Amino acid sequence: MVLKVMSSNQAIAEAVKLVKPKVIPVYPITPQTTISEYLAKYVADGDIDAEYIRVESEHSAISACLGASGTGVRVFTATSSQGLALMHEILFAAAGLRAPIVMADANRALSAPLSIWNDQQDSISERDSGWMQIYAENGQEALDSVLMSYKISENKEVLLPTMVCVDGFILTHTVDPVDVPEEEEVDKFLPDYNPEHAYLDPKRPMSIGTFTDPDYYMEARHDMEVAMEKAKTVISNVSQEFADTFGRKYDFIEKYRSEDADTIIIAMGSICSTIKDVIDELREEGEKVGLVRVRVFRPFPVEEIYDAIKGASNVGVIDKNFSFSIGGVLHNNIKSMMDVNAAGFIIGLGGRDIKPSHIKEVVEKTKNPSNKPLWIGLKEEQ
Amino acid sequence: MIEVRFHGRGGQGAVTAAEILAKAAFEDGKYCQAFPFFGVERRGAPVMAFTRIDDKPIRRRYQVYNPDYVVVLDDGLLEVVDVFSGIKEGGNVIINTNNGAENSNGVKINKIDATGIALDILGVPIVNTILLGAFAGVTGQVSIESLIKIINETFSGSVAEKNVKAAKMAYDAAKKGIK
Repeated sequence: MVLKVMSSNQAIAEAVKLVKPKVIPVYPITPQTTISEYLAKYVADGDIDAEYIRVESEHSAISACLGASGTGVRVFTATSSQGLALMHEILFAAAGLRAPIVMADANRALSAPLSIWNDQQDSISERDSGWMQIYAENGQEALDSVLMSYKISENKEVLLPTMVCVDGFILTHTVDPVDVPEEEEVDKFLPDYNPEHAYLDPKRPMSIGTFTDPDYYMEARHDMEVAMEKAKTVISNVSQEFADTFGRKYDFIEKYRSEDADTIIIAMGSICSTIKDVIDELREEGEKVGLVRVRVFRPFPVEEIYDAIKGASNVGVIDKNFSFSIGGVLHNNIKSMMDVNAAGFIIGLGGRDIKPSHIKEVVEKTKNPSNKPLWIGLKEEQ
Repeated sequence: MIEVRFHGRGGQGAVTAAEILAKAAFEDGKYCQAFPFFGVERRGAPVMAFTRIDDKPIRRRYQVYNPDYVVVLDDGLLEVVDVFSGIKEGGNVIINTNNGAENSNGVKINKIDATGIALDILGVPIVNTILLGAFAGVTGQVSIESLIKIINETFSGSVAEKNVKAAKMAYDAAKKGIK
């Protein structure tokens, strides 16, 4: 293993180089990431044999992805915040047409007020699109998740697209050591994509994306839910195969010092690294605190989360998103699917820096829960 | 863990400096992390960048509030930003200045005319590699050999050559004790 110091953006681009997509459509203007810059260079240098299409909007980027995927080739694109929002319409189409597209989203706040900084409102707002969603904790996991996502999405039991979500700036612009796997190993883990069923081929003409009357629409949508359920087994198998090949194991959730914990915090993404540091500190002081990091958000790992938290007296859920009148979406999903009395916390919206003192406040308030979701780090108490 | 905060203006290379320092420390066998905090993304706006260096993998993902070291690329920022904010006791500040920036909070202040060196050697007032040379000389937290290696990997041709020369000059000056 040779570690190299790079940003998550570069780590994702390195992963894309290894998975060898044939088409990379991107809208290269803000809020794009340097992922697209690295990929433009790799294609220009001949390191990736792909068609790099500079389109006129993110709506077109994902449309071109869908069209290209419809011809049965591997595709990739990347976006962020407003760009993802502009893709909204085609995200549903891509999932409904069962295109195994993989996309990276640099999680950034949605306007207004205009912000370039991190939160997870953009991808959380697309949770019902039919895309699988993975939230990476660091650059290594971002890279590894891209490799695994193609294998999961392209599995014929699944055939749903995957969004690999990485916290904007906190990961995308941060450099730290990352292991880039060897090409031969990745080739063995992820062979070329050979679609079996629906793809456009002049020798075998068919229509894709046709009009569906009320006799069939519900079945098509239900099939997606069946695929999302089947994806759970596929994700487990792919994670195991990845661990066997590369030595890094990723589950639906990660449990950190939670086995004997009285108080468990649940969160997603890069904030979990800071939470782990705080947990170590609180454990030194004798507090039985643990973390459950939700890595795969769709399909939602109900059993895994419930198993991990059912023994705890207090559960607190941290969200970097907000659903008006309800609270954080992860918090709401957990409360709706499990018999658990969890406290909810909204934190870090629009890039508000999350310090250990904020995490300690969450731990304290989890022990004395409020009925309403609490906004942590607001300048004025509401 | 060593934490470093860089203060610069958009376009001066503070972010690149933080990354070069992280990569050089990694070359020395340490773990590292570097990241920027942009105000508004435009030339001239105040920018911060951070580097963490440790013997073990670094997890925490928040900004540096209590730096061991502060590097200031532009002394004009002293009037705009509290560059001394939160600095640890016994901390060290390295400032690019050609006049007498005042002492503050009892921290050690190392002044270097990096702009002068940059104009002499590089022909442009870009001071990031020079301040990194001074940082290596003042703090000993990174080796000049690793710094030179990463400067050579970051830039190419005569730009790399001149940056190495400038960094080395600042390093030697710092070793002798810059005023």
